[in-house]
Amino acid sequence: MSHQAISILDERRGQVLRNGQDATAQIACDKHSAAGSVSQRACVFCGARVVLYPIADALHVVHGPIGCAAYTWDIRGAQSSGPQLHRNSFSTDLQEKDVIFGGEKKLTAALRELIAACRPKAAFVYSTCITGIIGDDVGAVCRTLAAETGIPVIPVESPGFSGTKKDGYRAACDALYQLVGTGDTTGISPHSINLLGEFNIAGETYMMKDYFKRIGIEVVSCITGDGRVDELRRCHGAKLNLVQCSGSMQHLAQRLEADYGIPFRRISFFGIEDTAAALYDAAGVLGDPEIAQRARNLVSLELARIQPELRRYRKILKGRKAAIYVGGAFKAFSLVRALRSLGMNTVLVGSQTGNAQDYRQLKELCDPGTIIVDDSNPLELAKFCLEQDVDLFIGGVKERPIAYKLGIGFCDHNHERKEALAGFEGMLNFAREVHASVMSPVWKFVPRRVLPKVSHNKEEAA
Amino acid sequence: MIDEGDLLGDGPPDVLDLSHCTAATRNACKLCTPLGACLVFRGVRGTLPFLHGSQGCSTYIRRYLISHFREPMDIAASNFSEETAVFGGARNLQAGMRNVTLQYQPELIGLATTCLSETIGEDMPSLVHDCRAAVPNLPPVVHVSTASFRGSHIDGFHDAVRAVVSQLTTACQAHGGLNLLPGMVSTADLRHLRELAESFGFGVTLLPDYSDTLDGASWADYQALPSGGVPIDAIRAMSGACATLELGDTLRGNRKSAASVLENSFGVEKISLTLPVGIQATDEFIAALARLSGRDIPVGITAERGRLIDSMVDGHKVVFGKRAVIFGEADLVIGLTAFLCEIGIEPVLCICGGKTNNFETLLRAVVPELPAGTVIRDGADFADISHEARQLSPDLLLGNSKGYGLARELNIPLIRTGFPIHDRLGGQRVLHLGYRGALTLFDTLANTLLACKQETSTIGYSYL
Repeated sequence: MSHQAISILDERRGQVLRNGQDATAQIACDKHSAAGSVSQRACVFCGARVVLYPIADALHVVHGPIGCAAYTWDIRGAQSSGPQLHRNSFSTDLQEKDVIFGGEKKLTAALRELIAACRPKAAFVYSTCITGIIGDDVGAVCRTLAAETGIPVIPVESPGFSGTKKDGYRAACDALYQLVGTGDTTGISPHSINLLGEFNIAGETYMMKDYFKRIGIEVVSCITGDGRVDELRRCHGAKLNLVQCSGSMQHLAQRLEADYGIPFRRISFFGIEDTAAALYDAAGVLGDPEIAQRARNLVSLELARIQPELRRYRKILKGRKAAIYVGGAFKAFSLVRALRSLGMNTVLVGSQTGNAQDYRQLKELCDPGTIIVDDSNPLELAKFCLEQDVDLFIGGVKERPIAYKLGIGFCDHNHERKEALAGFEGMLNFAREVHASVMSPVWKFVPRRVLPKVSHNKEEAA
Repeated sequence: MIDEGDLLGDGPPDVLDLSHCTAATRNACKLCTPLGACLVFRGVRGTLPFLHGSQGCSTYIRRYLISHFREPMDIAASNFSEETAVFGGARNLQAGMRNVTLQYQPELIGLATTCLSETIGEDMPSLVHDCRAAVPNLPPVVHVSTASFRGSHIDGFHDAVRAVVSQLTTACQAHGGLNLLPGMVSTADLRHLRELAESFGFGVTLLPDYSDTLDGASWADYQALPSGGVPIDAIRAMSGACATLELGDTLRGNRKSAASVLENSFGVEKISLTLPVGIQATDEFIAALARLSGRDIPVGITAERGRLIDSMVDGHKVVFGKRAVIFGEADLVIGLTAFLCEIGIEPVLCICGGKTNNFETLLRAVVPELPAGTVIRDGADFADISHEARQLSPDLLLGNSKGYGLARELNIPLIRTGFPIHDRLGGQRVLHLGYRGALTLFDTLANTLLACKQETSTIGYSYL
């Protein structure tokens, strides 16, 4: 089957759009993935697990058969500056007899032993498809263990089938919220923030905290990058929430705003413009002109440091075409802008979990002719990569073989990456990686470039 | 009971002792059953693996297989919702089957269940039957029961092989070909097994054969389903083969294995063999091929065996007396243990993640020279492996990437074998089998040990 022959499923037609053809056209989104569509999304459990994973001094126990825990064991790049407890994978590994007679006893025993051995500051207990179906009362087990051990033992409502990955984000936020408000907020600076949806991939949280320290802003809690339970407990004492991965954390930000009156801003640390805007935004809301001045100084200093090298890459990369397919749409905005600053055009962009507002914004941001997709799949992505003749694909591990198999450069921008791509240094790393992939001499040997170019329509073929 | 005060202000210790936490599985040395089934289906030509369950199962398994094979790995799912979980998945299954038939135009759909569909008690034969009426142009469907609360990925693998044979193979005329059921081995192993069997003049049906589908060339255009895999016609005709070689000691006494199905239904002789890792197991494998074909062993194979032994002589002192921990799937652990004994490395711990009936008996039957003190365990996780290994002062580990943490802790090398290898390139084509595989393993082992010695030396000789 050639890529021209790849059809878009009827139920997905509304989720694919060519930008600029119809100004009023809206992309369909926020839908359950069509059966058999081979969506790149995972499940509710995945959404919850990815958000809570970086909390390094908490115990994370997956209550279910082995798969859910095994596939999430130490594969992510979320670093901790201290405890490494989060990098373990603990599962009740339910067997047939547990499914028949219930798994509560096993869960109780598992938690009791693990809390004694690991001495965590809190425990998160993830429910999975099976525990959802067999009706284990995970909440009751958690309450018992919390009373027994004196630490918060928090159920995470994440049976895989109970919605989409987004519902998992929400479940994680609700679980986190059980910690919020339980810590002492004395001594927190009036110039203080929480970073929400920053996961310390490859140490990015350290870099962001350094920026804020330099401009005089205290980071009370990073949720959840390099996360610590005690910090989470007092995050309600911060004056502002900066929400990076808004898809995952907006719910928590909204709850903090409603209950504690903490305003929030959607920001991003990917790309120069967005990083600078995030710092200015924080300074602006906190309303201290000295902080604002320090932010401007920091941005100029950092830019001066990286601009010469970036300009070199821009010269080389100018006019190259890119595809972006990521989990959250907000990151896609940043990537479109970051690529633009490198002289590259985004001709295909999409996300697993974007909402209507995200896609409206994406339409405005992207050039006419850019293909925009929601909840796409390998066949569609391959089809559009070839049709749009892209030089680079930015995505996660599941997208990587689509790109490589077709002889397209690739840059991993997901949680599994081990390269810091945020902030100013991150932008330089990103540019270096894009340059290294796009300019590698290997592409001249791949069939896509060696064979006569694949034609895209009958006229060309004739 | 934990003393409350004891915990406050505390936090996780630097070194965890998880040896008493036996209720939970701690860092599993196994994956779930549908993963094995998906891998098998990927080894059948034009087949799309399809999971009846949540979206997450297919996505996690895809990602895991991609991290090892570094190839596209599409797996469809019926994407259960809350409603599906309550009322059953018939409608989702039909919609899913319709969509994949349209988009992928598969020759076969390999349908595996998940713990979710198993728990709600889906009647798969009946559901598939209904799909046939509801979905135009639906290709043949093979279904296998893979509840992850029963067994591990390796059980899912063998169950899927059996399901493929049970549901596709039909009576046919004898054609003298050879059935070869390799078990869960690497793409390089699959290619080498085929080469060996063909060198005896056999037409070989290798089930599964993902050597091309999961280790192929770059594409000029996208292939919805990658080319390669064992053709369905060849599977149908496995009934006419002269024999079935079934590799892996864990299947030896299994009367329900795929080779047993072929023997019981069609009278095809079942020959159980140890996974041919090292000299003796490869000798047995080659001898079986020679006997069945009635041909002499080709000179090329004899020469390869000769080179292996010659290399072992050259390097025997480098490896002798070293203490090794071997972990992974039972049959690979057995094969590797046998080989290590052949070259003078002492296996101090042989351990597999899946529960395996009589693992110690099986292992000792294949490797009678194994020291009595060797620790042998099945159904273990990495907390068990670490706990045992720490007390045994090993010099090296043999197993998959998940052992890296332990290797780092003990400051000893990890020789990467099996699955998953996702911290190195080329993990999908590590050659373990045959004389050639043994030679590769021997060189890797000896050179790794030499490198350790060289790097820790204060002098740093460039000539060793």
